[in-house]
Amino acid sequence: MSQMVSSKINKNAPSFQELILKLQSFWAAQGCVILQPYDMSVGAGTFHPATTLRALGWEPLNAAYVQPCRRPTDGRYGENPNRLQHYYQFQVVLKPSPKNIQELYLKSLEDLGIDSLKHDIRFVEDDWESPTLGAWGLGWEVWCDGMEVSQFTYFQQLGGFDCSPVTGELTYGLERLAMYIQGVDNVYDLRWNDHGVSYRDVFLQNEKEFSAYNFEIADTDRLRDDFTKAEDECQLIIDKGQKDGKYYPFPAYDQCIKASHAFNLLDARGVISVTERAAYIGRVRTLAKICCEAYLSSIEEGDKS
Amino acid sequence: MTLGKSEYLLEIFSEEIPTRMQAKAAADLKTLVTAKLKEASLKFDTATAYVTARRLTLHIEGLDAVQPDVNEERRGPKADAPDRAVEGFLKSVGMPRDQIEIRELPKGNFLFAVIQKKGRKTSEVLTEFLPDLIRTFPWKKSMRWGARSLRWVRPMHSILSLLDGEVVEFTVGDEVTSSNKTSGHRFMGSGEFIVSDFADYKAKLAKNFVVLDMEERKDIILKASLKLAADEGLELVDDSALLNELAGLSEYPVPVLGKYDAKYLDVPPEALMSAMRTHQKYFSLKSSDGKLASRFITVSNMKTADHQAAIIAGNEKVLNARLADTKFFWDQDLKTKLEDYLPKLDQITFHAKLGSVGERVKRLIKLSAYIAGMMGTDIEKASEAARLSKSDLVTGMVDECPELQGLMGKYFADAEGLDSEIGNAIASQYSPKGPSDNCPSAPISVAVALAEKMDILVGFFGIDEKPTGSKDPFALRRAALGVIRLIVENKLRLSLRDLSAAAAEQYTSHDLMDMRRDIGDFFADRLKVHLKSEGVRHDLITATFSGSGESDLVRILERVSTLQALMACDDGINLLAGYKRAANILRIEEKKDGKAYDGVADLSLMSLEQEKTLFKALTQIEGRVEKAVEDEDFEKAMTVLAALRSPIDRFFDDVIVNSTDVSERRNRLLLLSQIRSTMNLVADFNKIEG
Repeated sequence: MSQMVSSKINKNAPSFQELILKLQSFWAAQGCVILQPYDMSVGAGTFHPATTLRALGWEPLNAAYVQPCRRPTDGRYGENPNRLQHYYQFQVVLKPSPKNIQELYLKSLEDLGIDSLKHDIRFVEDDWESPTLGAWGLGWEVWCDGMEVSQFTYFQQLGGFDCSPVTGELTYGLERLAMYIQGVDNVYDLRWNDHGVSYRDVFLQNEKEFSAYNFEIADTDRLRDDFTKAEDECQLIIDKGQKDGKYYPFPAYDQCIKASHAFNLLDARGVISVTERAAYIGRVRTLAKICCEAYLSSIEEGDKS
Repeated sequence: MTLGKSEYLLEIFSEEIPTRMQAKAAADLKTLVTAKLKEASLKFDTATAYVTARRLTLHIEGLDAVQPDVNEERRGPKADAPDRAVEGFLKSVGMPRDQIEIRELPKGNFLFAVIQKKGRKTSEVLTEFLPDLIRTFPWKKSMRWGARSLRWVRPMHSILSLLDGEVVEFTVGDEVTSSNKTSGHRFMGSGEFIVSDFADYKAKLAKNFVVLDMEERKDIILKASLKLAADEGLELVDDSALLNELAGLSEYPVPVLGKYDAKYLDVPPEALMSAMRTHQKYFSLKSSDGKLASRFITVSNMKTADHQAAIIAGNEKVLNARLADTKFFWDQDLKTKLEDYLPKLDQITFHAKLGSVGERVKRLIKLSAYIAGMMGTDIEKASEAARLSKSDLVTGMVDECPELQGLMGKYFADAEGLDSEIGNAIASQYSPKGPSDNCPSAPISVAVALAEKMDILVGFFGIDEKPTGSKDPFALRRAALGVIRLIVENKLRLSLRDLSAAAAEQYTSHDLMDMRRDIGDFFADRLKVHLKSEGVRHDLITATFSGSGESDLVRILERVSTLQALMACDDGINLLAGYKRAANILRIEEKKDGKAYDGVADLSLMSLEQEKTLFKALTQIEGRVEKAVEDEDFEKAMTVLAALRSPIDRFFDDVIVNSTDVSERRNRLLLLSQIRSTMNLVADFNKIEG
């Protein structure tokens, strides 16, 4: 007797690109600014300055965007059906977090075809912390029939500063969600569009090449150098601002992102020892902190004028 | 007004409360509210707290509707005091002169004001204390949300507050105002509804798919799960912690049974169970022969039109994908031999000051060999087991399920065809992990498990990372208890002191502080805790430790238990009394004279029969006690000591120690010191209470 559970492929479910379009139009309808991905290599949607800087301060914020994420250590040369070194997150940030934020989120799932009366949707405790950003928040993993489909976080601190008002952050793991909705077991089998293009067609070669680059090719001396240069540049921008009585948190923060990505690559190359690792994370956190500090000062002084 | 009995219902409704915080929150709510009621002199019959994933509820019955009236009396000045003083008093109590009483007291006539304080309505009292109580509720971790400053475990949505059907109104943090409304199940409930009292509340919640009582939810889950299992001819693997968690995760629990591909049953069952339990919160099932079945039970929070079919299918898919990962790692790991992982261990830091895991393995090899040698068991096998003991730490399986460390090593060792004693020793190296965990008994396993723990203890003590208060990040208390249990339960004749020294010796390339004393004290403390839990008097343990400088646990325990037997009978109690009397006199006189009395008395200076008898008894006994202790015949040592009872009693009855004759006094004090030193051969009786 075969006990294999046949996973039903849902041909009517939205394609990968349609999923993104649906989420964008849903959140646009809720009054969110639909932003485009940030044009730098980041490890998570949270790194987009629309979240990491703008979640600070009193100014209201309602934005949604797709963010390609790079996690060099997760590369599997295209051989693992679930792990990728490059994938997409859909990120929604709402400040102040509205009272009905959970309902809004559930409606967005409904919009994607997940009927909450047919499925088992749960909010399971998961406290979020990013040591590199000096950030933490409380919230949940959202489970749908036992599958984690989103992260839901109320930001409490960023760069070591209190978030007040609090930003609610929703992060949808798009590949995972799409696999669930389309009923496929292998990420490369995802329908990208309804015209015969699959995730495999778009990304398999990419995954193979980048896995090799991340693990084998990347020049570690140059990466260490990149890290230091970005760190210096970040500090230089902040210092210059202080000298001129101005603030340049956005360009400074770009350098923080660069440093962070260089660190991630070094990590993937396996050349960072445990103690060194903690030191690198601490250095990125310091950069994030001075950028956040400059950002807060810039809006406070903007307030005065 | 009659003093009616009221019912109060409070519900704080929020977004999903983490399961691990629920039970404490319910208990705290009850404790805090009832303490406030007591403070306000409001009595009640019962107070019951409830908690679900989204609500924290308190139900109080038989509650006073009003506070009792109280009369407060204030004494004023004398009746004939100057007008100004009298007026001042009237003003301070706010009463006219004609309501003031004059009372005759021994010192004269005084003015008295009897102020009547009307008891306030309970609703007023509640309104007053609840906002602060809620605002400052002791969540382990709380948060802010929106633009507000109020803190709660997750955003708070509403407060239901009803006293006999009437809303007790209050507002918390300018934000949430109490009302008579609440909501049911997030998906199956029909929105907000009005509540009149607790009975109505419970009934409406039930209608809106919320089972309020945690115990009831647990009962539903357990019964339905047992039935699902039985229908498949299977048994549910008991897991009460998971049951609790699941009951906290759903307001309307609906257990469902799912299947996974039987091909995954090649993977060690513990790994499958861990994947199911830790990541998915599923119950495992086994067949009657104890083998894991390719079935699971998950507890859904929904009853659906398709009888949970989509939910089951979804969960099956998730689990199959996860198990595919697990199997992938298992198959990968099987391709490498345990010894081939050794170079990798050099790259993993165990602790910045204690070097790599590789270095640790090198120490463990030697220490296990030493212990095996002391135990007279196979030295080669013990060191081989130690050599391979940490290899599983760098396998994919342990990376995925860290709690399977050790056990996975055994599976890999068995798969390589290594001696089963080696595999078993790898599996149980971290055991016993607590007071109720199984303690290894196979010799090779015991040697490796002891080495594992001694290495940690000596290492962390040596870099001054001792446990303090509630902080014990390296679980050293557990390690010490493990050592104690391993030695005691296997009756090993190993000295803790030698063992510590041997463990410290292995740290050749690290600078460890000398911590032998600290470690000795630490073991003594742990032993006390251990023995206390077994009902042994702690003072007897202290007395034994302090008296002997002993570090052989088996001997210590024998001493303690014979001492306990002695102290349970009359002879022992009287002997102790005599000892204490002697020790007290000595302490006082030694202090007075500024010198210690320690030596043997001189028979020729004795005038009284009673002191001669005692002296003879002591002289006779000392050697025998010494010999008995040496022979480890503690029972005999105690019996011999017990013979001292009557000479000591008679001595104290009839002899005055502080004789006016200086040399007689000195001689008698020396006699007392002989009591002390002889008895101390067995234990430090000074440390025994009574």
